[in-house]
Amino acid sequence: MKQNSFEHRHQAEWQDFARRLDALERGRPGADSRHFPAAYRRLCRHLALAEERGYSSRLVDQLQQLALRGHRQFYRHRNPLGARCLGFLLGGFPRLVREEWRPVLAASLLFYGCLLGMGLLVYLFPELVYSLLDPGQVAQMEAMYDPDASRLGRFGERSSAADWMMFGYYVMNNFGIAFQTFAGGLLFGLGSLFFLLINGLSIGAVAGHLSDIGYTGTFWPFVIGHGAFELTAITLAGAAGLKLGWALCAPGRLRRSEALRQAAERSVRLVAGVLFLLLIAAFVEAYWSSMTFPGAALKYTVGILLWLLVAAYFLLAGRPRHAPE
Amino acid sequence: MPAPLAKPSADTFRQPLLDTRHLVETPEGIDLVLHPAGLVPRALAFAVDLTIRGTILLLAFLALGPFGELGMGLASLLFFLVTWWYMVLFEVLNQGCTPGKQLLGLQVVHDDGTPVGWAASLTRNLLRVVDLLPFGYTLGILSCLAHPTFKRLGDLAAGTLVIYRERPQPRPSLPEIDAQPLPFAPQADERRALLAFAERQAGLSAGRRRELAGILAGPLRVPEEQAEARLLGIARELMGPP
Repeated sequence: MKQNSFEHRHQAEWQDFARRLDALERGRPGADSRHFPAAYRRLCRHLALAEERGYSSRLVDQLQQLALRGHRQFYRHRNPLGARCLGFLLGGFPRLVREEWRPVLAASLLFYGCLLGMGLLVYLFPELVYSLLDPGQVAQMEAMYDPDASRLGRFGERSSAADWMMFGYYVMNNFGIAFQTFAGGLLFGLGSLFFLLINGLSIGAVAGHLSDIGYTGTFWPFVIGHGAFELTAITLAGAAGLKLGWALCAPGRLRRSEALRQAAERSVRLVAGVLFLLLIAAFVEAYWSSMTFPGAALKYTVGILLWLLVAAYFLLAGRPRHAPE
Repeated sequence: MPAPLAKPSADTFRQPLLDTRHLVETPEGIDLVLHPAGLVPRALAFAVDLTIRGTILLLAFLALGPFGELGMGLASLLFFLVTWWYMVLFEVLNQGCTPGKQLLGLQVVHDDGTPVGWAASLTRNLLRVVDLLPFGYTLGILSCLAHPTFKRLGDLAAGTLVIYRERPQPRPSLPEIDAQPLPFAPQADERRALLAFAERQAGLSAGRRRELAGILAGPLRVPEEQAEARLLGIARELMGPP
Protein backbone atom coordinates (compact mmCIF):
# COMPACT_ATOMS: atom_id res chain seq x y z
CA MET A 1 0.00 0.00 0.00
CA LYS A 2 1.30 3.46 -0.89
CA GLN A 3 1.92 5.86 1.96
CA ASN A 4 -0.71 8.37 0.89
CA SER A 5 -3.55 5.87 0.79
CA PHE A 6 -2.41 4.44 4.15
CA GLU A 7 -2.58 7.92 5.61
CA HIS A 8 -5.96 8.67 4.05
CA ARG A 9 -7.39 5.48 5.40
CA HIS A 10 -6.28 5.98 9.02
CA GLN A 11 -5.92 9.72 9.43
CA ALA A 12 -9.28 10.16 11.17
CA GLU A 13 -8.48 7.38 13.59
CA TRP A 14 -5.13 8.96 14.54
CA GLN A 15 -6.71 12.33 15.09
CA ASP A 16 -9.33 10.72 17.29
CA PHE A 17 -6.58 8.95 19.25
CA ALA A 18 -4.69 12.23 19.73
CA ARG A 19 -7.88 13.85 21.01
CA ARG A 20 -8.31 11.08 23.59
CA LEU A 21 -4.67 11.45 24.64
CA ASP A 22 -5.18 15.17 25.19
CA ALA A 23 -8.14 14.41 27.44
CA LEU A 24 -6.25 11.74 29.39
CA GLU A 25 -3.18 13.93 29.83
CA ARG A 26 -5.35 16.65 31.30
CA GLY A 27 -6.74 14.05 33.70
CA ARG A 28 -10.24 14.06 32.21
CA PRO A 29 -10.83 10.68 30.55
CA GLY A 30 -13.96 10.86 28.43
CA ALA A 31 -16.74 8.32 28.32
CA ASP A 32 -14.98 6.36 25.57
CA SER A 33 -11.83 5.66 27.61
CA ARG A 34 -12.89 2.01 27.78
CA HIS A 35 -11.86 1.71 24.14
CA PHE A 36 -8.49 3.35 24.70
CA PRO A 37 -6.46 0.09 25.00
CA ALA A 38 -7.85 -1.22 21.72
CA ALA A 39 -7.16 2.10 20.00
CA TYR A 40 -3.62 2.12 21.41
CA ARG A 41 -2.89 -1.38 20.13
CA ARG A 42 -4.21 -0.48 16.68
CA LEU A 43 -1.92 2.52 16.65
CA CYS A 44 1.03 0.31 17.58
CA ARG A 45 0.13 -1.95 14.68
CA HIS A 46 0.02 1.01 12.31
CA LEU A 47 3.41 2.14 13.55
CA ALA A 48 4.91 -1.30 13.01
CA LEU A 49 3.43 -1.40 9.48
CA ALA A 50 4.69 2.08 8.67
CA GLU A 51 8.21 1.16 9.77
CA GLU A 52 8.18 -2.15 7.96
CA ARG A 53 6.97 -0.61 4.70
CA GLY A 54 9.53 2.18 4.83
CA TYR A 55 7.09 5.05 4.94
CA SER A 56 8.61 8.47 5.35
CA SER A 57 10.27 9.55 8.59
CA ARG A 58 7.71 12.30 9.01
CA LEU A 59 4.83 9.80 9.22
CA VAL A 60 6.82 7.32 11.33
CA ASP A 61 7.86 10.07 13.74
CA GLN A 62 4.29 11.28 14.04
CA LEU A 63 3.05 7.77 14.83
CA GLN A 64 5.94 7.24 17.22
CA GLN A 65 5.00 10.34 19.18
CA LEU A 66 1.42 9.15 19.42
CA ALA A 67 2.59 5.69 20.51
CA LEU A 68 4.89 7.19 23.14
CA ARG A 69 2.10 9.32 24.56
CA GLY A 70 -0.23 6.32 24.50
CA HIS A 71 2.39 4.17 26.21
CA ARG A 72 2.72 6.78 28.95
CA GLN A 73 -1.00 6.79 29.63
CA PHE A 74 -1.39 3.03 29.33
CA TYR A 75 1.56 1.93 31.46
CA ARG A 76 1.59 4.91 33.84
CA HIS A 77 2.57 3.84 37.40
CA ARG A 78 -0.70 4.62 39.14
CA ASN A 79 -0.37 5.99 42.64
CA PRO A 80 -3.49 6.72 44.64
CA LEU A 81 -1.29 8.53 47.15
CA GLY A 82 -3.58 8.74 50.19
CA ALA A 83 -4.54 5.08 50.33
CA ARG A 84 -0.99 3.94 49.67
CA CYS A 85 0.46 6.16 52.39
CA LEU A 86 -2.03 4.86 54.93
CA GLY A 87 -1.36 1.24 54.00
CA PHE A 88 2.37 1.87 54.13
CA LEU A 89 2.25 3.40 57.60
CA LEU A 90 -0.14 0.80 59.03
CA GLY A 91 1.67 -2.26 57.74
CA GLY A 92 4.08 -1.79 54.89
CA PHE A 93 6.73 0.20 56.73
CA PRO A 94 7.20 -2.10 59.76
CA ARG A 95 7.08 -5.13 57.45
CA LEU A 96 9.76 -3.55 55.26
CA VAL A 97 11.95 -2.85 58.30
CA ARG A 98 11.59 -6.46 59.45
CA GLU A 99 12.41 -7.77 55.98
CA GLU A 100 15.50 -5.55 55.81
CA TRP A 101 16.69 -6.60 59.25
CA ARG A 102 20.29 -7.06 58.12
CA PRO A 103 21.12 -3.44 57.22
CA VAL A 104 18.88 -2.23 60.06
CA LEU A 105 20.80 -4.39 62.53
CA ALA A 106 24.16 -3.27 61.14
CA ALA A 107 23.20 0.41 61.31
CA SER A 108 21.75 0.01 64.83
CA LEU A 109 24.85 -1.74 66.15
CA LEU A 110 27.13 0.90 64.68
CA PHE A 111 25.05 3.89 65.77
CA TYR A 112 24.04 2.78 69.25
CA GLY A 113 27.43 1.15 69.82
CA CYS A 114 29.20 4.45 69.12
CA LEU A 115 26.63 6.38 71.13
CA LEU A 116 26.83 4.19 74.24
CA GLY A 117 30.58 3.64 74.01
CA MET A 118 31.38 7.32 73.60
CA GLY A 119 28.85 8.28 76.31
CA LEU A 120 30.44 5.89 78.78
CA LEU A 121 33.97 6.99 77.91
CA VAL A 122 33.15 10.68 78.31
CA TYR A 123 31.36 9.95 81.58
CA LEU A 124 34.43 8.15 82.91
CA PHE A 125 37.08 10.42 81.36
CA PRO A 126 35.40 13.86 81.09
CA GLU A 127 38.18 15.56 79.14
CA LEU A 128 37.54 13.21 76.20
CA VAL A 129 34.59 15.35 75.13
CA TYR A 130 37.04 17.95 73.83
CA SER A 131 38.53 15.41 71.42
CA LEU A 132 35.29 15.57 69.46
CA LEU A 133 33.66 18.95 70.17
CA ASP A 134 35.39 22.29 70.51
CA PRO A 135 34.97 24.21 73.78
CA GLY A 136 32.53 26.68 72.20
CA GLN A 137 30.13 23.90 71.24
CA VAL A 138 30.41 22.34 74.68
CA ALA A 139 29.65 25.66 76.36
CA GLN A 140 26.64 26.08 74.06
CA MET A 141 25.34 22.64 74.99
CA GLU A 142 25.80 23.41 78.69
CA ALA A 143 23.88 26.67 78.31
CA MET A 144 21.00 24.86 76.62
CA TYR A 145 20.49 22.39 79.41
CA ASP A 146 21.30 24.67 82.32
CA PRO A 147 18.92 23.59 85.11
CA ASP A 148 18.04 27.26 85.78
CA ALA A 149 16.52 27.80 82.33
CA SER A 150 12.73 27.87 82.29
CA ARG A 151 12.48 26.23 78.90
CA LEU A 152 14.84 23.77 77.38
CA GLY A 153 16.25 22.85 74.07
CA ARG A 154 18.37 24.40 71.42
CA PHE A 155 16.97 27.89 71.91
CA GLY A 156 17.01 28.28 75.66
CA GLU A 157 14.71 31.08 76.87
CA ARG A 158 11.83 31.81 74.54
CA SER A 159 8.23 32.79 74.21
CA SER A 160 5.56 30.31 73.17
CA ALA A 161 5.54 31.72 69.62
CA ALA A 162 9.08 30.41 69.35
CA ASP A 163 7.76 26.84 69.32
CA TRP A 164 7.20 27.51 65.64
CA MET A 165 10.77 28.57 65.14
CA MET A 166 12.02 25.45 66.89
CA PHE A 167 9.72 23.23 64.89
CA GLY A 168 11.02 24.74 61.66
CA TYR A 169 14.61 24.46 62.83
CA TYR A 170 14.24 20.82 63.90
CA VAL A 171 12.60 19.88 60.61
CA MET A 172 15.36 21.51 58.57
CA ASN A 173 18.20 20.17 60.70
CA ASN A 174 17.02 16.61 61.26
CA PHE A 175 15.76 15.96 57.75
CA GLY A 176 19.04 17.27 56.38
CA ILE A 177 21.02 14.83 58.54
CA ALA A 178 18.78 11.90 57.65
CA PHE A 179 18.91 12.63 53.92
CA GLN A 180 22.69 12.96 53.96
CA THR A 181 23.01 9.72 55.86
CA PHE A 182 20.90 7.97 53.24
CA ALA A 183 22.52 9.56 50.19
CA GLY A 184 26.01 8.84 51.50
CA GLY A 185 25.25 5.16 50.92
CA LEU A 186 25.80 5.70 47.21
CA LEU A 187 29.54 6.04 47.91
CA PHE A 188 29.76 2.29 48.47
CA GLY A 189 28.15 2.75 51.89
CA LEU A 190 31.04 4.84 53.21
CA GLY A 191 28.99 8.03 53.55
CA SER A 192 26.32 6.30 55.60
CA LEU A 193 28.92 4.65 57.82
CA PHE A 194 30.58 8.02 58.33
CA PHE A 195 27.40 9.88 59.28
CA LEU A 196 26.20 7.08 61.57
CA LEU A 197 29.58 7.07 63.27
CA ILE A 198 29.84 10.85 63.63
CA ASN A 199 26.27 11.28 64.85
CA GLY A 200 26.61 8.38 67.29
CA LEU A 201 29.88 9.71 68.67
CA SER A 202 28.77 13.31 69.07
CA ILE A 203 25.38 12.49 70.60
CA GLY A 204 27.15 10.06 72.96
CA ALA A 205 29.76 12.67 73.87
CA VAL A 206 27.13 15.31 74.65
CA ALA A 207 25.04 12.89 76.71
CA GLY A 208 28.09 11.66 78.63
CA HIS A 209 29.35 15.17 79.27
CA LEU A 210 26.02 16.59 80.47
CA SER A 211 25.46 13.59 82.75
CA ASP A 212 28.97 14.02 84.11
CA ILE A 213 28.52 17.66 85.06
CA GLY A 214 25.21 16.88 86.76
CA TYR A 215 22.67 18.20 84.26
CA THR A 216 20.86 14.85 84.26
CA GLY A 217 17.68 16.43 85.59
CA THR A 218 17.26 18.60 82.50
CA PHE A 219 18.97 16.67 79.74
CA TRP A 220 17.51 13.18 80.01
CA PRO A 221 13.85 14.15 80.50
CA PHE A 222 14.23 16.48 77.52
CA VAL A 223 15.65 14.00 75.04
CA ILE A 224 13.96 10.75 76.08
CA GLY A 225 10.62 11.61 74.43
CA HIS A 226 11.58 12.58 70.91
CA GLY A 227 14.72 10.42 71.00
CA ALA A 228 12.52 7.39 70.41
CA PHE A 229 11.60 8.74 66.98
CA GLU A 230 14.69 10.71 66.10
CA LEU A 231 17.33 8.08 66.87
CA THR A 232 15.25 5.35 65.19
CA ALA A 233 14.87 7.57 62.14
CA ILE A 234 18.61 8.22 61.83
CA THR A 235 19.31 4.50 62.23
CA LEU A 236 16.82 3.61 59.52
CA ALA A 237 18.17 6.29 57.18
CA GLY A 238 21.61 4.79 57.74
CA ALA A 239 20.23 1.31 57.07
CA ALA A 240 18.72 2.53 53.78
CA GLY A 241 22.09 3.99 52.81
CA LEU A 242 23.96 0.82 53.79
CA LYS A 243 21.59 -1.18 51.61
CA LEU A 244 22.54 0.98 48.62
CA GLY A 245 26.21 0.57 49.47
CA TRP A 246 25.91 -3.17 49.87
CA ALA A 247 24.19 -3.48 46.49
CA LEU A 248 27.21 -1.73 44.94
CA CYS A 249 29.81 -3.76 46.84
CA ALA A 250 28.16 -7.17 46.42
CA PRO A 251 25.68 -7.06 43.55
CA GLY A 252 25.36 -10.85 43.45
CA ARG A 253 24.33 -12.18 40.05
CA LEU A 254 23.06 -8.82 38.79
CA ARG A 255 24.90 -6.02 37.07
CA ARG A 256 25.88 -3.33 39.54
CA SER A 257 23.55 -0.77 37.98
CA GLU A 258 20.61 -3.19 38.15
CA ALA A 259 21.41 -4.24 41.72
CA LEU A 260 21.60 -0.57 42.70
CA ARG A 261 18.27 0.19 41.04
CA GLN A 262 16.55 -2.67 42.86
CA ALA A 263 18.09 -1.74 46.20
CA ALA A 264 17.16 1.92 45.72
CA GLU A 265 13.54 0.97 45.10
CA ARG A 266 13.33 -0.55 48.58
CA SER A 267 15.63 1.95 50.29
CA VAL A 268 13.59 4.92 49.22
CA ARG A 269 10.56 3.37 50.90
CA LEU A 270 12.57 3.15 54.10
CA VAL A 271 13.39 6.84 53.65
CA ALA A 272 9.69 7.62 53.23
CA GLY A 273 9.13 5.99 56.61
CA VAL A 274 12.02 8.01 58.04
CA LEU A 275 10.27 11.19 56.89
CA PHE A 276 7.21 10.15 58.87
CA LEU A 277 9.24 9.38 62.02
CA LEU A 278 11.13 12.66 61.81
CA LEU A 279 7.94 14.64 61.45
CA ILE A 280 6.62 13.10 64.68
CA ALA A 281 10.00 13.70 66.34
CA ALA A 282 9.94 17.39 65.39
CA PHE A 283 6.44 17.81 66.83
CA VAL A 284 7.34 16.02 70.07
CA GLU A 285 10.59 17.95 70.41
CA ALA A 286 9.04 21.36 69.80
CA TYR A 287 5.81 20.99 71.74
CA TRP A 288 6.37 18.36 74.44
CA SER A 289 10.06 17.90 75.24
CA SER A 290 10.67 21.60 75.78
CA MET A 291 7.95 22.01 78.39
CA THR A 292 9.26 22.14 81.96
CA PHE A 293 6.07 22.05 84.00
CA PRO A 294 5.49 18.28 83.71
CA GLY A 295 7.77 16.76 86.34
CA ALA A 296 10.75 14.63 85.44
CA ALA A 297 8.84 11.50 86.50
CA LEU A 298 6.06 12.21 84.00
CA LYS A 299 8.61 12.95 81.27
CA TYR A 300 10.39 9.64 81.91
CA THR A 301 7.11 7.70 81.93
CA VAL A 302 5.93 9.22 78.67
CA GLY A 303 9.41 8.78 77.17
CA ILE A 304 9.56 5.10 78.04
CA LEU A 305 6.03 4.61 76.73
CA LEU A 306 7.06 6.26 73.44
CA TRP A 307 10.09 3.95 73.15
CA LEU A 308 7.85 0.95 73.81
CA LEU A 309 5.37 2.27 71.25
CA VAL A 310 8.07 2.53 68.59
CA ALA A 311 9.38 -0.94 69.43
CA ALA A 312 5.89 -2.45 69.33
CA TYR A 313 5.18 -0.71 66.03
CA PHE A 314 8.20 -2.22 64.33
CA LEU A 315 7.81 -5.66 65.92
CA LEU A 316 4.07 -6.18 65.73
CA ALA A 317 2.38 -3.88 63.20
CA GLY A 318 1.53 -5.28 59.81
CA ARG A 319 1.62 -8.94 60.74
CA PRO A 320 -1.33 -10.65 59.04
CA ARG A 321 -3.95 -12.11 61.34
CA HIS A 322 -4.90 -14.76 58.83
CA ALA A 323 -2.75 -16.85 56.61
CA PRO A 324 -2.53 -15.11 53.25
CA GLU A 325 -5.17 -16.35 50.87
CA MET B 1 17.26 -5.55 -22.43
CA PRO B 2 19.28 -3.14 -20.31
CA ALA B 3 21.38 -4.57 -17.55
CA PRO B 4 19.76 -4.27 -14.10
CA LEU B 5 20.73 -1.05 -12.40
CA ALA B 6 23.43 -1.27 -9.81
CA LYS B 7 21.94 -1.00 -6.34
CA PRO B 8 23.46 1.21 -3.69
CA SER B 9 25.61 -1.04 -1.58
CA ALA B 10 23.87 -2.64 1.38
CA ASP B 11 26.09 -0.87 3.86
CA THR B 12 25.11 2.59 2.74
CA PHE B 13 22.19 2.99 5.14
CA ARG B 14 22.45 -0.01 7.37
CA GLN B 15 25.27 0.87 9.68
CA PRO B 16 24.10 1.44 13.25
CA LEU B 17 23.26 5.09 13.52
CA LEU B 18 25.71 7.24 15.38
CA ASP B 19 23.28 9.07 17.61
CA THR B 20 21.99 9.15 21.18
CA ARG B 21 18.58 7.62 20.62
CA HIS B 22 17.44 5.28 23.36
CA LEU B 23 15.08 2.53 22.23
CA VAL B 24 12.52 1.02 24.59
CA GLU B 25 10.77 -2.10 23.39
CA THR B 26 7.17 -2.23 24.54
CA PRO B 27 4.94 -5.27 25.12
CA GLU B 28 3.23 -4.40 21.83
CA GLY B 29 6.44 -5.22 20.02
CA ILE B 30 7.27 -1.71 18.86
CA ASP B 31 10.30 0.39 19.72
CA LEU B 32 9.69 3.71 21.39
CA VAL B 33 12.39 6.25 20.59
CA LEU B 34 13.56 8.49 23.43
CA HIS B 35 16.08 11.29 23.00
CA PRO B 36 18.15 11.59 26.20
CA ALA B 37 19.32 15.10 27.02
CA GLY B 38 23.02 15.75 27.53
CA LEU B 39 24.96 17.64 30.14
CA VAL B 40 24.62 21.20 28.87
CA PRO B 41 20.82 21.50 28.58
CA ARG B 42 20.46 19.75 31.92
CA ALA B 43 22.94 22.10 33.58
CA LEU B 44 21.11 25.09 32.09
CA ALA B 45 17.77 23.76 33.34
CA PHE B 46 19.30 23.31 36.78
CA ALA B 47 20.66 26.85 36.72
CA VAL B 48 17.19 28.19 35.88
CA ASP B 49 15.67 26.19 38.73
CA LEU B 50 18.39 27.38 41.10
CA THR B 51 17.63 30.99 40.21
CA ILE B 52 13.91 30.47 40.75
CA ARG B 53 14.50 28.80 44.11
CA GLY B 54 16.87 31.53 45.18
CA THR B 55 14.31 34.19 44.25
CA ILE B 56 11.53 32.41 46.14
CA LEU B 57 13.67 32.14 49.27
CA LEU B 58 14.85 35.74 49.06
CA LEU B 59 11.30 37.05 48.74
CA ALA B 60 10.12 34.77 51.55
CA PHE B 61 12.86 35.90 53.92
CA LEU B 62 12.13 39.53 53.13
CA ALA B 63 8.39 39.00 53.66
CA LEU B 64 8.72 36.87 56.81
CA GLY B 65 11.54 38.87 58.39
CA PRO B 66 9.26 41.31 60.29
CA PHE B 67 7.39 38.45 61.99
CA GLY B 68 10.25 37.60 64.34
CA GLU B 69 10.48 34.06 65.66
CA LEU B 70 7.27 32.84 64.03
CA GLY B 71 8.59 34.20 60.74
CA MET B 72 11.91 32.43 61.24
CA GLY B 73 10.12 29.16 61.92
CA LEU B 74 8.03 29.50 58.78
CA ALA B 75 11.08 30.56 56.80
CA SER B 76 13.06 27.49 57.84
CA LEU B 77 10.10 25.26 56.96
CA LEU B 78 9.94 26.95 53.59
CA PHE B 79 13.69 26.57 53.17
CA PHE B 80 13.31 22.86 53.86
CA LEU B 81 10.45 22.55 51.36
CA VAL B 82 12.25 24.46 48.62
CA THR B 83 15.57 22.68 49.15
CA TRP B 84 14.33 19.12 49.24
CA TRP B 85 10.88 19.09 47.68
CA TYR B 86 10.88 21.67 44.88
CA MET B 87 12.19 19.20 42.29
CA VAL B 88 10.14 16.24 43.52
CA LEU B 89 6.82 18.08 43.62
CA PHE B 90 7.26 19.63 40.18
CA GLU B 91 8.49 16.42 38.57
CA VAL B 92 5.66 14.27 39.88
CA LEU B 93 2.81 16.75 39.54
CA ASN B 94 3.86 18.42 36.29
CA GLN B 95 4.55 15.54 33.88
CA GLY B 96 8.23 15.30 34.83
CA CYS B 97 9.03 18.97 34.24
CA THR B 98 10.40 21.48 36.70
CA PRO B 99 10.11 25.08 35.44
CA GLY B 100 13.74 24.95 34.28
CA LYS B 101 13.21 21.70 32.40
CA GLN B 102 10.02 23.09 30.90
CA LEU B 103 11.93 26.07 29.58
CA LEU B 104 14.65 23.85 28.07
CA GLY B 105 12.09 21.35 26.72
CA LEU B 106 13.26 18.50 28.95
CA GLN B 107 11.33 15.91 30.91
CA VAL B 108 12.10 13.20 33.49
CA VAL B 109 10.74 9.72 32.76
CA HIS B 110 11.31 6.19 34.03
CA ASP B 111 13.66 4.03 31.98
CA ASP B 112 10.62 2.51 30.26
CA GLY B 113 9.36 5.92 29.11
CA THR B 114 6.49 6.22 31.60
CA PRO B 115 6.07 9.44 33.63
CA VAL B 116 8.21 9.61 36.75
CA GLY B 117 6.49 8.66 40.04
CA TRP B 118 6.98 9.57 43.69
CA ALA B 119 9.49 6.86 44.59
CA ALA B 120 11.77 7.39 41.62
CA SER B 121 11.64 11.18 41.82
CA LEU B 122 12.38 11.14 45.55
CA THR B 123 15.31 8.77 45.00
CA ARG B 124 16.93 10.78 42.23
CA ASN B 125 16.53 14.07 44.08
CA LEU B 126 17.72 12.84 47.49
CA LEU B 127 20.78 11.26 45.88
CA ARG B 128 21.57 14.61 44.25
CA VAL B 129 23.61 15.22 47.43
CA VAL B 130 26.09 12.60 46.23
CA ASP B 131 26.21 14.01 42.71
CA LEU B 132 27.26 17.31 44.26
CA LEU B 133 30.39 15.73 45.78
CA PRO B 134 33.21 16.55 46.21
CA PHE B 135 32.34 20.04 44.90
CA GLY B 136 30.19 21.61 42.19
CA TYR B 137 28.51 18.47 40.81
CA THR B 138 31.83 16.75 39.98
CA LEU B 139 30.56 13.18 40.41
CA GLY B 140 27.30 14.01 38.65
CA ILE B 141 29.11 15.55 35.68
CA LEU B 142 31.55 12.65 35.37
CA SER B 143 28.76 10.10 35.54
CA CYS B 144 26.68 12.10 33.05
CA LEU B 145 29.53 12.31 30.55
CA ALA B 146 30.47 8.64 30.88
CA HIS B 147 27.00 7.14 30.58
CA PRO B 148 25.51 6.37 27.14
CA THR B 149 22.19 7.96 28.10
CA PHE B 150 23.72 10.76 30.22
CA LYS B 151 22.58 9.57 33.63
CA ARG B 152 23.90 11.07 36.80
CA LEU B 153 24.27 8.82 39.86
CA GLY B 154 20.80 9.67 41.14
CA ASP B 155 19.32 8.67 37.78
CA LEU B 156 21.21 5.36 37.86
CA ALA B 157 19.78 4.46 41.26
CA ALA B 158 16.26 5.68 40.54
CA GLY B 159 16.06 4.17 37.05
CA THR B 160 15.12 7.50 35.47
CA LEU B 161 16.09 9.31 32.32
CA VAL B 162 16.03 12.97 31.31
CA ILE B 163 14.78 13.24 27.73
CA TYR B 164 13.74 15.91 25.27
CA ARG B 165 10.00 16.37 25.15
CA GLU B 166 8.63 15.48 21.75
CA ARG B 167 7.27 18.36 19.71
CA PRO B 168 4.73 17.94 16.92
CA GLN B 169 6.45 18.35 13.55
CA PRO B 170 4.85 20.43 10.81
CA ARG B 171 3.79 18.48 7.78
CA PRO B 172 6.15 19.08 4.84
CA SER B 173 4.80 19.12 1.31
CA LEU B 174 6.44 17.25 -1.56
CA PRO B 175 7.38 19.27 -4.65
CA GLU B 176 4.88 19.14 -7.48
CA ILE B 177 6.55 16.81 -9.92
CA ASP B 178 5.41 13.84 -11.98
CA ALA B 179 5.86 10.42 -10.49
CA GLN B 180 8.60 8.33 -12.07
CA PRO B 181 8.82 4.56 -12.01
CA LEU B 182 11.18 2.89 -9.58
CA PRO B 183 14.39 1.60 -11.15
CA PHE B 184 14.60 -1.18 -8.51
CA ALA B 185 12.65 -2.38 -5.48
CA PRO B 186 14.15 -0.43 -2.58
CA GLN B 187 14.50 -1.74 0.95
CA ALA B 188 12.48 -0.09 3.73
CA ASP B 189 15.35 2.09 4.94
CA GLU B 190 16.22 3.07 1.37
CA ARG B 191 12.64 4.16 0.87
CA ARG B 192 12.82 6.20 4.02
CA ALA B 193 16.02 7.86 2.92
CA LEU B 194 14.51 8.76 -0.49
CA LEU B 195 11.36 10.12 1.13
CA ALA B 196 13.37 12.03 3.71
CA PHE B 197 15.29 13.72 0.90
CA ALA B 198 12.05 14.77 -0.78
CA GLU B 199 10.48 15.98 2.45
CA ARG B 200 13.49 17.99 3.54
CA GLN B 201 14.41 19.46 0.16
CA ALA B 202 12.59 22.73 0.87
CA GLY B 203 14.99 23.36 3.74
CA LEU B 204 18.17 22.63 1.76
CA SER B 205 20.03 24.98 -0.55
CA ALA B 206 20.05 24.22 -4.27
CA GLY B 207 23.76 23.39 -4.18
CA ARG B 208 23.39 20.99 -1.27
CA ARG B 209 20.39 19.29 -2.91
CA ARG B 210 22.42 18.77 -6.05
CA GLU B 211 25.37 17.46 -4.12
CA LEU B 212 23.24 14.97 -2.18
CA ALA B 213 21.34 13.79 -5.25
CA GLY B 214 24.62 13.55 -7.15
CA ILE B 215 25.71 10.69 -4.87
CA LEU B 216 23.04 8.52 -6.47
CA ALA B 217 23.56 9.74 -10.05
CA GLY B 218 25.78 6.77 -10.82
CA PRO B 219 23.51 3.99 -9.56
CA LEU B 220 20.48 5.72 -11.18
CA ARG B 221 22.34 6.05 -14.46
CA VAL B 222 21.40 9.69 -15.02
CA PRO B 223 23.62 12.73 -15.47
CA GLU B 224 24.30 14.53 -12.24
CA GLU B 225 22.11 17.54 -13.14
CA GLN B 226 19.01 15.34 -13.54
CA ALA B 227 19.57 13.22 -10.43
CA GLU B 228 17.60 15.56 -8.20
CA ALA B 229 14.49 15.62 -10.38
CA ARG B 230 14.72 11.86 -10.77
CA LEU B 231 14.93 11.30 -6.99
CA LEU B 232 11.97 13.59 -6.35
CA GLY B 233 9.99 11.75 -9.01
CA ILE B 234 10.81 8.43 -7.39
CA ALA B 235 9.74 9.81 -4.01
CA ARG B 236 6.43 10.88 -5.57
CA GLU B 237 5.95 7.37 -6.87
CA LEU B 238 6.71 5.93 -3.40
CA MET B 239 4.17 8.26 -1.75
CA GLY B 240 1.44 7.27 -4.18
CA PRO B 241 -1.29 9.52 -5.60
CA PRO B 242 -2.38 12.19 -3.12
